[in-house]
Amino acid sequence: MRFGIAVFPGTWSDGDCARAVEVLGHQSVRLWHRDRDLQGSDCVILPGGFAYGDHLRTGAVARFAPLMESVQEFAAAGGLVLGICNGFQILCEAHLLPGALTRNASLEFRCETTWLRVETVETPFTGDCERGGVLAIPVSHGEGRFVADPSTLDRLEAEQRVAFRYVARDGTAVGDASPNGSMRDIAGVVSEGRNVLGMMPHPERAAEPLLGSDDGMRIFRSVVEAVAEHSAFAVAP
Amino acid sequence: MTSAGPVSDATLAEVALTRGEYELSTGRLGRVPTEVELGVIGAMWSEHCGYKTSKPLLARLPVSGPRVLQGPGENAGAVDIGGGLACVFKIESHNHPSAIEPYQGAATGVGGILRDVFTMGARPVALLDSLRFGPFEEPAQRHLLDGVVAGIGGYGNCIGVPTVGGEIYFDESYRHNCLVNAMCVGVIEQSKLTRAAAAGPGNLVLLVGADTGRDGIHGATFASVELNEASSERRPAVQVGNPFLEKCLMEVCVTLAGDPRIVAMQDLGAAGLTSSSAELAHRGGCGIEMDVSRISRRERGMTPYEVMLSESQERMLLVVSPQDAASVQAEFDRWDLHSDVIGTVTDTGRLVVTDVGEVVCDLPLDLLIDDVPLRHPEALRPAGLDAALSVDPLAMTPPWSMGETLMRLIGSPNIGSRRSIFRRYDHQVGDDTVVLPGGDAALLRVRGTAGAIALTTDGNARYAALDPRRGAAIAVCEAARNVVAVGATPVGVTNCLNFGNPEKPEVFWQLSEAIEGMREACLALGVPVVSGNVSLYNDTEGVSIDPTTVIGMVGHLEDLERRCTAGFGRDGDSVLLVGPVGMDLGGSEYQRLAHGINGGPRPTLDLDLERRVQAAVLEMIAAGLLSSCHDLAEGGLAVALAESCVLGGRGAQLTERLFALGAPVVQAGLLFGESQSRFLASAAAAAVAAVRAIAQRHGVDVRELGTTGGGRVTVIDVFDLALTELGRAHAGALVPSR
Repeated sequence: MRFGIAVFPGTWSDGDCARAVEVLGHQSVRLWHRDRDLQGSDCVILPGGFAYGDHLRTGAVARFAPLMESVQEFAAAGGLVLGICNGFQILCEAHLLPGALTRNASLEFRCETTWLRVETVETPFTGDCERGGVLAIPVSHGEGRFVADPSTLDRLEAEQRVAFRYVARDGTAVGDASPNGSMRDIAGVVSEGRNVLGMMPHPERAAEPLLGSDDGMRIFRSVVEAVAEHSAFAVAP
Repeated sequence: MTSAGPVSDATLAEVALTRGEYELSTGRLGRVPTEVELGVIGAMWSEHCGYKTSKPLLARLPVSGPRVLQGPGENAGAVDIGGGLACVFKIESHNHPSAIEPYQGAATGVGGILRDVFTMGARPVALLDSLRFGPFEEPAQRHLLDGVVAGIGGYGNCIGVPTVGGEIYFDESYRHNCLVNAMCVGVIEQSKLTRAAAAGPGNLVLLVGADTGRDGIHGATFASVELNEASSERRPAVQVGNPFLEKCLMEVCVTLAGDPRIVAMQDLGAAGLTSSSAELAHRGGCGIEMDVSRISRRERGMTPYEVMLSESQERMLLVVSPQDAASVQAEFDRWDLHSDVIGTVTDTGRLVVTDVGEVVCDLPLDLLIDDVPLRHPEALRPAGLDAALSVDPLAMTPPWSMGETLMRLIGSPNIGSRRSIFRRYDHQVGDDTVVLPGGDAALLRVRGTAGAIALTTDGNARYAALDPRRGAAIAVCEAARNVVAVGATPVGVTNCLNFGNPEKPEVFWQLSEAIEGMREACLALGVPVVSGNVSLYNDTEGVSIDPTTVIGMVGHLEDLERRCTAGFGRDGDSVLLVGPVGMDLGGSEYQRLAHGINGGPRPTLDLDLERRVQAAVLEMIAAGLLSSCHDLAEGGLAVALAESCVLGGRGAQLTERLFALGAPVVQAGLLFGESQSRFLASAAAAAVAAVRAIAQRHGVDVRELGTTGGGRVTVIDVFDLALTELGRAHAGALVPSR
């Protein structure tokens, strides 16, 4: 299958994402922010970085990129979109996902390993995981505090759209496991159609045991399996 | 050309020239320089650009070796790391700007050193930062620390280059002059290494990247004078960084590496367009002619003088042939980067600047670069040194038990965990950081090879305050030990010499001695110096910092699988001291903490022993015999033991009775003394005989001290501490008590 990896000026984890995909034996193509062609991607990744310098607000400029128009259409047609870190911020700005990502509660950048509890396997991004299982995946962000109004949060929970929650290493929910103060320790959410995932942690950084964890590959592998099993997901034109 | 009238003292002070130097320039020119020319000469003859004090001393350093691909003289040095790849690296100071405006000072320091590396075509793969502040207990110092850390992170995190290491020391000596030294490391195919030598008269000069503003005018000369009360009024001399712009610039420059259309590439750093254009032309034995009116400006009304001396960040000069200019400009356009054709390469050997046709500067390049008037100040050994050296550390009774001393040391700002700092830096982007910050050296995989590079910075100035030569030699050895501890062979050095005002004979003596010490150690260990930077005038109100030689070192590991880390890796292993038993307390952190002084004989250093110990340890790691390896540095054996326990998450019981013998001060010496040329390793009991055999072959002592495992850190009959308590103290070292 083919992963399309978006490149905005300021994107920096496109290379890491491409390598993670290639480790699985799949193809990746870079999607330039000014283009509208998704080049037949089965899944579009919006990687980490500081698209357009995160000027104004994280993701606020990137959502207006020509490429994002195609991503919007692709998502609306059921195509798989994975937003990582800055990609999550862009997806929120583009209203493909609810909520917003604000400055970390510590007011500091955080780069460290976090433990994510898989809250649902009923998504194309977590099908290869176990519900309640814990993934060791690093974060690297200054603005990753997920916030939404209480009714949105309740709805996300009720619809089982919280994909990952920050927890202690053993999987227990503790107050201070979140690196950023996210509401209800939310690390990743899916869209109503469950075909768009945004997450602050970087699964592409947990791609091989040499670097401390290969848990992130569960997410990429889930996508591959989902695409293989369900031809219902849109393929980009 | 309009000539200025008789030059005033105030004008000369502004361009940091002495009247003698000014008269030298008029003599050479046979006329009075114009205003622009005076600014150009002042900048090029500043310590920052011209190294007028340090040049003769630096010539003593060993700069060649079989692996050296590029020694000093280019934007950065380069060494061979196998597989047809070059490792390009350099360290540079941004001390003065950071003291005035910590965030932007540090951020632009990172930006500047990144450009030095990608100017050579190399993709930056790692950043390190060597920082010095006044006492951590003082809020003003923590404010500086916080600003500097935020600035380094703000730039490095945004640009997507991991910050993988560095060090921080706190000392009274830096209260008014913090030090911010940034090191960047890049990797490139050797055949694509890009040089910064203009060639081909008639070729075009492109200025790419940011528009030119009034920021940073006189930055180079600012860095070449002492700070004083009025220095905070010099904020306009501090530049403002734009990492987003630099990220785009980096992507294009890295893509253009090895492209036949690129004749030369040179970044704009200190003294902006002045030094970059002059050096570019001079390296290629050419001349250069530029029209400042063609340069895009950030603001109106800028004079040619201001344009030539602006230190606006994120700018690059390129030399391309006229037929390639449009296609090269298109590469920058793709990233929304602006480029201007601002001039041409000539064969005149002159730097000519025009402003819409009017010549405002016409100077011979050799005057600016070869004829820098060197200063040979008087060197004088400081009078107070003998008194400091005569202190007898073994005559001072320890104030605390050994256990309490270890708890205090491991929780002290100079020794405790740096996690609260490095977690604010993205240290993983690029997916190559195999050994994360917190150990001896960071280890990065080199893609396309089976190998890795080990990176570290080091530079203890307490030893250097007592003996600058020994101190600088120890800095080299300690950096090499960091690299060796992960299993890598030291292959290259970059250095940053941070000193006070060299016009003071005592400071010049320190500088001269330090360079000699660096030379001796580099020769002994066979590691060449391939790049470096000098930061002088780190003085405030006449008080100089301690002489601070910061060594950045790159090591190469052939086989990534043969690496080692600092934490004890397994229960039941033997704990081994590789190297001599010693009790050098002079200049130690123990002495600072326990007695508040720095005195006595500085640690002894036997360079031949150092070399043999390092060779032995490398062989042990390569043979796969060690399950951990950690070098002994500040805090000595006991601190290394505690660190290996904390990092490995397991305790250790030392049954060696040596430490329990003798008076308390002898115990302190053995446990906390900072004797050199030592490692604390661990190995399976079955491997110890093989370890001993290797050590013996190198004439190195190995002493079995005890066993790893359990939840306590114990030295029999001396102390018995809970690992959790030690861990808590270690973790809390840089968390201010409120």
